[in-house]
Amino acid sequence: MPTALYRLLLSLALLLPLGAQAGDALEFTRAGASEQVRLLEHWSASPTAERRAFLDALQQGRIGADGDKNPYVQQAGQWQPLTEANSDDNPRVLRLNNRLRGLLNTALASHALSDENAGARLDAARTLQRNAPPALLPVLEQRFAQEGDDAVHDALALALANLQLASPEAATRLKAVRLLGETGEPQAKTRLQSLLDGDEADPAVRKAAETSLAQVERKLFIGELLGQAFSGLSLGSILLLAALGLAITFGLLGVINMAHGEMLMLGAYSTYLVQIGFQRLAPEYLALYPLAALPVAFLVTAAIGMALERTVIRHLYGRPLETLLATWGISLILIQLVRVIFGAQNVEVANPAWLSGGWQVLPNLVLPWNRIVIIGFALFVVALTWLLLNRTRLGLNVRAVTQNRNMAACCGVPTGKVDMLAFGLGSGIAGLGGVALSQIGNVGPDLGQGYIIDSFLVVVLGGVGQLAGSISAAFGLGVLNKILEPQIGAVLGKILILALIILFIQKRPQGLFALRGRVID
Amino acid sequence: MQRRQLIKALTLSASLVTMGMSWSIQAAETIKVGILHSLSGTMAISETSLKDMALMTIDEINAKGGVLGKQLEPVVVDPASNWPLFAERGRQLLTQDKVAVTFGCWTSVSRKSVLPVYEELNGLLFYPVQYEGEELSANVFYTGAAPNQQAIPAVEYLLSEDGGAAKRFFLLGTDYVYPRTTNKILRAFLISKGVAEKDIEEVYTPFGHSDYQTIVANIKKFSAGGKTAVVSTINGDSNVPFYKELANQGLDATDVPVVAFSVGEEELRGIDTKPLVGHLAAWNYFQSVENPVNTEFVKKWKAYATTKGLPNADKAVTNDPMEATYVGIHMWAQAVEKAGTTDVDKVRQALYGQTFAAPSGYTLTMEKNHHLHKPVMIGEVQEDGQFSVVWQTEGPLRAQPWSPYIPGNDQKPDYAVVGN
Amino acid sequence: MNTMNQTLLLRASAKVGPRVSLAIGLTVLAVLLALPLLHLLPGDHALHVSSYTLTLVGKILCYAVVALALDLVWGYAGLLSLGHGLFFALGGYAMGMYLMRQSAGDGLPAFMSFLSWSELPWYWVGTEHFLWALCLVVAVPGLLAFVFGYFAFRSRIKGVYFSIMTQALTFAGMLLFFRNETGFGGNNGFTDFKRILGFDITAPGTRAVLFLASLLLLLGSLYLGFRLARSKFGRVLTAVRDAENRLMFCGYDPRGYKLFIWVLSAVLCGLAGALYVPQVGIINPSEMSPTNSIEAAVWVALGGRGSLIGPLLGAGLVNGMKSFFTVALPEYWLFFLGALFILVTLYLPKGIYGLIKRGEQ
Repeated sequence: MPTALYRLLLSLALLLPLGAQAGDALEFTRAGASEQVRLLEHWSASPTAERRAFLDALQQGRIGADGDKNPYVQQAGQWQPLTEANSDDNPRVLRLNNRLRGLLNTALASHALSDENAGARLDAARTLQRNAPPALLPVLEQRFAQEGDDAVHDALALALANLQLASPEAATRLKAVRLLGETGEPQAKTRLQSLLDGDEADPAVRKAAETSLAQVERKLFIGELLGQAFSGLSLGSILLLAALGLAITFGLLGVINMAHGEMLMLGAYSTYLVQIGFQRLAPEYLALYPLAALPVAFLVTAAIGMALERTVIRHLYGRPLETLLATWGISLILIQLVRVIFGAQNVEVANPAWLSGGWQVLPNLVLPWNRIVIIGFALFVVALTWLLLNRTRLGLNVRAVTQNRNMAACCGVPTGKVDMLAFGLGSGIAGLGGVALSQIGNVGPDLGQGYIIDSFLVVVLGGVGQLAGSISAAFGLGVLNKILEPQIGAVLGKILILALIILFIQKRPQGLFALRGRVID
Repeated sequence: MQRRQLIKALTLSASLVTMGMSWSIQAAETIKVGILHSLSGTMAISETSLKDMALMTIDEINAKGGVLGKQLEPVVVDPASNWPLFAERGRQLLTQDKVAVTFGCWTSVSRKSVLPVYEELNGLLFYPVQYEGEELSANVFYTGAAPNQQAIPAVEYLLSEDGGAAKRFFLLGTDYVYPRTTNKILRAFLISKGVAEKDIEEVYTPFGHSDYQTIVANIKKFSAGGKTAVVSTINGDSNVPFYKELANQGLDATDVPVVAFSVGEEELRGIDTKPLVGHLAAWNYFQSVENPVNTEFVKKWKAYATTKGLPNADKAVTNDPMEATYVGIHMWAQAVEKAGTTDVDKVRQALYGQTFAAPSGYTLTMEKNHHLHKPVMIGEVQEDGQFSVVWQTEGPLRAQPWSPYIPGNDQKPDYAVVGN
Repeated sequence: MNTMNQTLLLRASAKVGPRVSLAIGLTVLAVLLALPLLHLLPGDHALHVSSYTLTLVGKILCYAVVALALDLVWGYAGLLSLGHGLFFALGGYAMGMYLMRQSAGDGLPAFMSFLSWSELPWYWVGTEHFLWALCLVVAVPGLLAFVFGYFAFRSRIKGVYFSIMTQALTFAGMLLFFRNETGFGGNNGFTDFKRILGFDITAPGTRAVLFLASLLLLLGSLYLGFRLARSKFGRVLTAVRDAENRLMFCGYDPRGYKLFIWVLSAVLCGLAGALYVPQVGIINPSEMSPTNSIEAAVWVALGGRGSLIGPLLGAGLVNGMKSFFTVALPEYWLFFLGALFILVTLYLPKGIYGLIKRGEQ
């Protein structure tokens, strides 16, 4: 009971400032599209404290209008009229287009400059650095004079500098140009460039602009370089996750596992199912679903892998090329099975909040969280695999069977069981890879087909049977790809890499990390 | 042992043959309609729903008494996303099954593959997808958009004040014929509108490309030079990684709007749309269009999906190519009624000038150039995976299969030439 | 491994098999020879063979040549190529260039004018002549195979490494041909052929001749295969497959043997591609996709590796099934195909040919 009362009180409290601005709301809902533009421009140049609640509600899509264009606001799912006049029509949400949304952002930022919270003021100032129109100059100057917080003060100075480039006084322009040189903003480069290209007459300003431009370009270059390095690492980590399972099933067990891609796909579909389960059963913990999906995907794919090993692949050891045929058949069946059950279309796997967005390192460098997490995850899986293979009994047995099956059997290693577990492990790791892939790409029946060739290339390039080789091959290919792509485009880059791989194998026919031995045939 | 197996196999195949025969006897009083959409392979993602939509439309027509008093009998085959197989299946539909008409194909290459077969055997094909134009066959009716019914109005919108008055254009596509041709037309169009060469950037990715880090970084860099819009002709599967990367690198629609020509309601089902709100798509139909015909159409489709137990039936959506399929089948049925026969030459004549009140809310006319007059709508992605229409043409536009922006096209006749 | 196919091979090359098989083989051959003739009958004749059946069987014949060519390198020399689709497609493209020029007359091929080509690129020079196109059909796949094989065999690349390299090669080829700038029509490839050597390509007579040519190519390759398998050359190849190092210790240099059979196989694929294109009416880069080449390997394995008849059976059976099931059970045919592959590898390690052999005993 009390909660209902609280909610009522709360909504009333929220309603009050809105009620105070019913005039603005009415004006806005009644206006035509071009008039709305003018209104927003006007409001951003003359912010008032009362209007802010209305603008917030507008941005959140909580403002509506009925057939007579009377304004309403949505509170806890209920439409509340903002004016006395209201018709019987159901109000509908007021839709904004991109242009209005952009102007609204500016207007909100100019209103937020007088927020009590310094963080909110800083965000607002940063927004205005990017898109403040000249009309905002007086507002910015006024806030700049009143601002107490240092960080916000600096941010405002920059936002001002952008506008002051057009100032009639050379001294103001000079100051602005110098200030812009200290930022690494991509827009600063454009602004300085157009200043230099324009009819700037003052030689001092011109010279300062040149210096500043060089400064900005240097900073941008560093950002680009770091971005390229990161994207190379990220691509490498994805290739690694895609290929790691194959490094075990193909590299260690010698099965030309064409169904490897489908294990990735099944891992991704497990993630999808876990997500649905969370949505239905525990929506409050939805953000954690990728973590819960990890064991599920591992167990599901490992179980399928072990079942396949027992029923099909077990009969084919020692006939490696024929495993190609059987696993190809398995792959066809799994793809069509998923297509029949889940449909041919992609299914939606959403990034939870902690995997969305990115970390703004430099003005022109944002590192997406999902990629950062995936790099870490890839390293974690590699470490896990390494530990399993080198520090456990199972790993010892796997290595023994790989190196000499008959001798291992003689020493009492249950080769059949080891094969099954190793194949299960490889499939399970592919399933883990699938969880990661679901966070960056699409989840559909053909998911695995897109990664199978790359996976084989990584394993072969690294040297079959060499975990370390696969790791270096994956990161090598990732970084090389990202170095080539900006130069010659994605298509030619890919072709060139394939050609390089072919040439490389000519040089080192056993891959990067070859096993040295005297055994031949 | 061996012999018994052989006998078994023989009886099995014999019973299959008799089954087939009894079918064809049963089918004597029906009109056969071929459905040529990939149900397996890479294109199944898009084409499966068109097959289902075609079956629904045929059911609908049959429920109203069929065509010429006969029931329509769909013949569904699977060309398996394999282009030569499209030609083979097309030939089979025409010579073995003797279908009166075929509804099918999605990619241009599949249409190009079956085209010689339909011209040789004088068949009739309805093609429901937007494409690059540069083709006009007497044996094909194109119910999807030509470039001037999709790409050009979309870019005009981006240039306008409401669309953000873009100054720079990043043309991004998958490296194949449709994006290349569309971008060629768009480049010529933009230059005619006074956009400088340096403000247009064209970038292509291979099929199935999934790593858009570099490209999104480049878009960001490019957009620092002025108000930028991205025109995306990225093919189906690559869209999800592209949009995810775009959202995670913090490029939202108010900074750099992306207008896509291959992303519709069906594709958005596989994407979390919250970060995409405000990005655009240009089509001739959206599910969210409000009119009685569309309400009925959407309701029927949802009911059909539920009763047939289609996967994800609770989230069933309609999209532009599905509407084009629906319109195409109805127009063909009307033309057959008018011609009084399923004879291809007579039906072709009857189709010219045929009209149909389409779910898009407009009455569409089939023109003598084998293309439909179509309205163009720009939709913004909403949180629920639907589009809200922010702009549309005043009425249906006439198609220009031969774009005036490609040199040499002014010589081409704007009507179909029968025979060679 | 070593003895697996040896007995099979010896038997296959020593005698063609007991009478029943011979009789079936001759019947099949007679039917194949009769098909094009029956196609020439008027359409309403009871025995008329439709253009659908003829092109379908003609297509399968071309695939059978590919399977045979792949078997020569895989079954005999032990080199599993996952890139034979590339050679097949190159042959097809060479023929396609000629066909496009025939349809275009003196002008540019239709696709070029709207992909902004104002004149023919240099590699199109001379393609209006049938003989030059034929030279390209043989030379392009042959040359590529020679260069690739020369370096690969020099570096002694074998086994899985070789397979993956060939796969990378065909994948790169596919990406290259997908580009419009490469000058081969991009993803749409070549289609809408009108005439060949001045004859209408859709005329029954032309179809019959193309079909007969495919059949002749298949018979020729089969004869060549038998001769090779029976010769000393064939035995050395088998030795390469089973124990290359021991062969080297005996004083043989396996490189030349491998290179010869590898180039021969590529050329056969090119010829098959050249006959395939006018019959199915399209060539596009997806013929180079790695899955197509894997499928060819599946035909060979299914039919029986290391025998010459086996791959033909495999190609015929898989493609026949594909054609049948994609119509009869469009949603479920992949289950059948997949199950077939698994069952054959598990229970028929010597393929269908092995089964037939066992039945005869």
